[in-house]
Amino acid sequence: MGVEGIGASVVRKEDRRFITGRGRYVDDIKIVGLTHAHFVRSPHAHAKIKSIDIAAAKGMPGVVGVLTGQQIVDDKVGNLICGWAITSKDGTGMKMGAWPAMAPEIVRFAGQAVAVVIAETKNQARDAAEAVVVDYEELPVASDIRAAIKPGAPQLHPEAAGNVIYDWTIGEEAATDAAFKAAANVVSLDITNNRLVPNAMEPRAAIAEYNDAEEHFTLYTTSQNPHVARLVLSAFYNIAQEHKLRVVAPDVGGGFGSKIFIYPEEMVALWASKKVNRPVKWTGDRSEAFLTDAHGRDHLTKAEMAFDKDNKVTALRVKTYANLGAYMSLFSSSVPTYLYATLLSGQYNIPNIFAEVISVYTNTTPVDAYRGAGRPEASFVVERLMETAARQLKVDPAELRRKNFITTFPHQTPVIMAYDVGDFGASLDSAMKAIDYAGFPARKAKAKAEGKLRGIGISCYIEACGIAPSKAVGSLGAGVGLWESAEVRVNPVGTIEILTGSHSHGQGHETTFAQLVAGRLGIPISQVSIVHGDTDKVQFGMGTYGSRSAAVGMSAIFKAMEKVEAKAKKIAAHQLEASEADIVIENGEFKVTGTDKSIALPMVALAAYTAHNLPDGMEPGLKEGAFYDPTNFTFPAGAYICEIEVDSGTGKTSFVNFVAADDFGTLINPMIVEGQVHGGLAQGIGQALLEGAVYDSSGQLMTASFMDYTMPRADDLPSFKLSHTTTECPGNPLGVKGCGEAGAIGASAAVINAITDAIGNNKLEMPASPDRVWHAIHG
Amino acid sequence: MYETTYHRPSSVDEAAALFAKGKEAKYLAGGHTLLPVMKQRLASPSDVIDLGKIKDLVGIEMSGDALTIKAATTYFDILQSADAKKAIPAIVHLTSVLGDPQVRYRGTIGGSIANNDPAADFPAAVLALGATVKTNKRSIAGDGFFKGLFSTALEDGEIITAISFPIPARAGYSKMRHPASRFALTGVFVVKTKAGDVRVAATGASQNGVMRVPAVEAALKANWSAGALDNVTISTDGLLADIHGSSAYRANLIKVMAQRAVTAAG
Repeated sequence: MGVEGIGASVVRKEDRRFITGRGRYVDDIKIVGLTHAHFVRSPHAHAKIKSIDIAAAKGMPGVVGVLTGQQIVDDKVGNLICGWAITSKDGTGMKMGAWPAMAPEIVRFAGQAVAVVIAETKNQARDAAEAVVVDYEELPVASDIRAAIKPGAPQLHPEAAGNVIYDWTIGEEAATDAAFKAAANVVSLDITNNRLVPNAMEPRAAIAEYNDAEEHFTLYTTSQNPHVARLVLSAFYNIAQEHKLRVVAPDVGGGFGSKIFIYPEEMVALWASKKVNRPVKWTGDRSEAFLTDAHGRDHLTKAEMAFDKDNKVTALRVKTYANLGAYMSLFSSSVPTYLYATLLSGQYNIPNIFAEVISVYTNTTPVDAYRGAGRPEASFVVERLMETAARQLKVDPAELRRKNFITTFPHQTPVIMAYDVGDFGASLDSAMKAIDYAGFPARKAKAKAEGKLRGIGISCYIEACGIAPSKAVGSLGAGVGLWESAEVRVNPVGTIEILTGSHSHGQGHETTFAQLVAGRLGIPISQVSIVHGDTDKVQFGMGTYGSRSAAVGMSAIFKAMEKVEAKAKKIAAHQLEASEADIVIENGEFKVTGTDKSIALPMVALAAYTAHNLPDGMEPGLKEGAFYDPTNFTFPAGAYICEIEVDSGTGKTSFVNFVAADDFGTLINPMIVEGQVHGGLAQGIGQALLEGAVYDSSGQLMTASFMDYTMPRADDLPSFKLSHTTTECPGNPLGVKGCGEAGAIGASAAVINAITDAIGNNKLEMPASPDRVWHAIHG
Repeated sequence: MYETTYHRPSSVDEAAALFAKGKEAKYLAGGHTLLPVMKQRLASPSDVIDLGKIKDLVGIEMSGDALTIKAATTYFDILQSADAKKAIPAIVHLTSVLGDPQVRYRGTIGGSIANNDPAADFPAAVLALGATVKTNKRSIAGDGFFKGLFSTALEDGEIITAISFPIPARAGYSKMRHPASRFALTGVFVVKTKAGDVRVAATGASQNGVMRVPAVEAALKANWSAGALDNVTISTDGLLADIHGSSAYRANLIKVMAQRAVTAAG
């Protein structure tokens, strides 16, 4: 049965239900007595609530309850929290302003909820929400980083003077400055990392049900990590105790990070279900998703790279302002710090790095982790600098990179990360070969003769995944450990259920996790089921993000499988009257090596559960659990090269070719890996060419629908050519590194490097829309 | 969406009568604009009168010198029409780059020009070709039909029944798609009439909706070639500027799209 084990491109088990419309999402769940919530949201980006009149709304048809921010405060429901403490360079803690789930007094971004109407139908709730009268007094607005940090800027939170949440540094400043003084050449760039809206296909949704007889809550929600949701909801928000709260994340239609966090709407649904003593449902619409799902990126950076006379990088100096929006979302503080600045060494041997990150409040939607989370921003800084340096130093960009690659491992960077293994030259070679790098000058000349502007761009990214060693992240301020748990249940008939704390919302765990088990036992994947997303079923787990599910989640399954197999071998040896050491597992059978004696897995399982004939002292049953805490991050890396053509008349960019050579360590299911890379590349290219969340100076989101926010479509993207150069990760038993975020991390720099190569100047911000490219060409 | 009453009349007269009876009635002719704004509760018509099932409003006819497309004919039907392909291939090309397959199955030519979205494609064809808009009350010349953003010469309750396009000597359409909406960021329709006149209309570019482009017309009248426009300057006065394109960019697009349309027209 090796054909379904690790390395096999098995068709995804879950797709049958997805493509036949049989998926079960939160909005599909029907509960007797369900009511519907509609939120009253602030139209202003910054305003004082002078009064809220709910009298008319309360009397509207079908209304079950109208609840306001003041009632949340009166009920002593806790404020939303940020779970990663960052310390400023002056030793003070981060300045977190209060974030009540509905605003009682001040609204700080357009779309923030101020009240909620619960009614028998969705339309009745919406009708009544329109009858809630809120009297606002508008306040001055800081709608972007520059507006927030300028003298005299409106103050958003009393806790954060000048709207600065923290001013944090990493690396050695004096040594870095000295290296810049001694440099033969310095390359400098001002970089905007554009703000993105995640736009998962399924909007966020919640159904909350309160059972007053048992004082027990159930929350069905669109979460990437239901246990973390339960932990935070119970520990911090004072709504339900952990053992009185079940959180279920059923089929979830994409997350990209945005469904890691606890949001006001889900909290309010839970709280309201007890207030009105009826099950409460809220399903966000697309407009609400644009306005309230945590956005991604949004950095302003000045970056400089120093080179010696041999073109070796001697130092990197970075100053970044990060926009965290109006409130600190759950992991927002860590994204521009430990997930960003720790990756600034890229694939290069850089002896001195110093980075300063200043995170600020603005009157915009909160910003948090979005596919790649900090690492795309870091990769973009490093790879734009490398390309710019090659042009400035008049050397080949591939050769400049190769000259500076880290080639011996392990490698300790100056910014915490210790790279365990890699072969950056191999990935670059593979990508260069795939795109015929050597033939590019001739192709460019030919294109020029035909009046076309052609360019090529390289991006050699590295990311830290397999998030994360608990002790390490604890020392850096994380409020949680980032291990994973698993349980392997072998049923009496030999079928297997794997309970995992990872959560699949598009990644294909039901297939890949089954492949691990099937491969080890030599059974078909149809004999293995994956159970996830329900705190009543799975004991605990930290969920899925940071490309962690294979490296951490599957490693936990691996450990639990080892325990199950050890016990099963004991039972088999006892049944076969052989030595335990002689038992091998092949094709679903336990065999005595060198003989024809064997016993099939179902018979071993049955023996375990009948317990009629077990070794003396052995407990019945065949079920084992394990917790796995990684020893290090994993470091997926690769080289992306794209070749593009720019239409100088319109500024439109077209792809000629896009090649990706990734090192993800061991591949579990190459087809699924390919899909993950395609999706990541689409988002990375989307950021480079198409996507950008734009606010006007009054804090209104100008790109609040797909009519203005350009989501990548199939015809915006090329056919990707993928390849893999593999170094196995030594840090986990499977040798896997993770593949979910790579495309989004590496692609954008390759695209911008290619366009700036084509047009011959470097003054280009993302998204490189036709308008911007045309202006870059023509001034 | 607020509650509304949906009607599906089978004749133009019945539709007009329903409209007259309704308090705040709206015609539905594809619905790509009306239905989204209704869903957002930005429009709340008392009655929605669907024109899509009126047989007299569907079909494409060729006469000696004109191609007549009835108002509720879908884009898909225009794409399939051998008559349209033969008479004015530029219209078929315009239709092929309009929206996406779902839009083309449902959207209608009458709906498009009655709505007069400033970035819609068909107003450019109507204006450049000097088409005649026929209604249940009269005939309106294309030049007098469009009256600025989302505004036309149609009176309250008046129903477009057909658009009659004179068959030109040459015609071409070139469009730069808006990256997000795929409407025209700027689209230009160029026409050389059988009488030798040149008419050029641009959509997506102007703050007042579809417009003629006299500078391009003059240059092309003197010399019908893309190169004739090399030295033409388009003023940015009155052009749209937004996050997807400055007015300078749109002015450039008017010229570049006109050149490509001329090349396509042959």
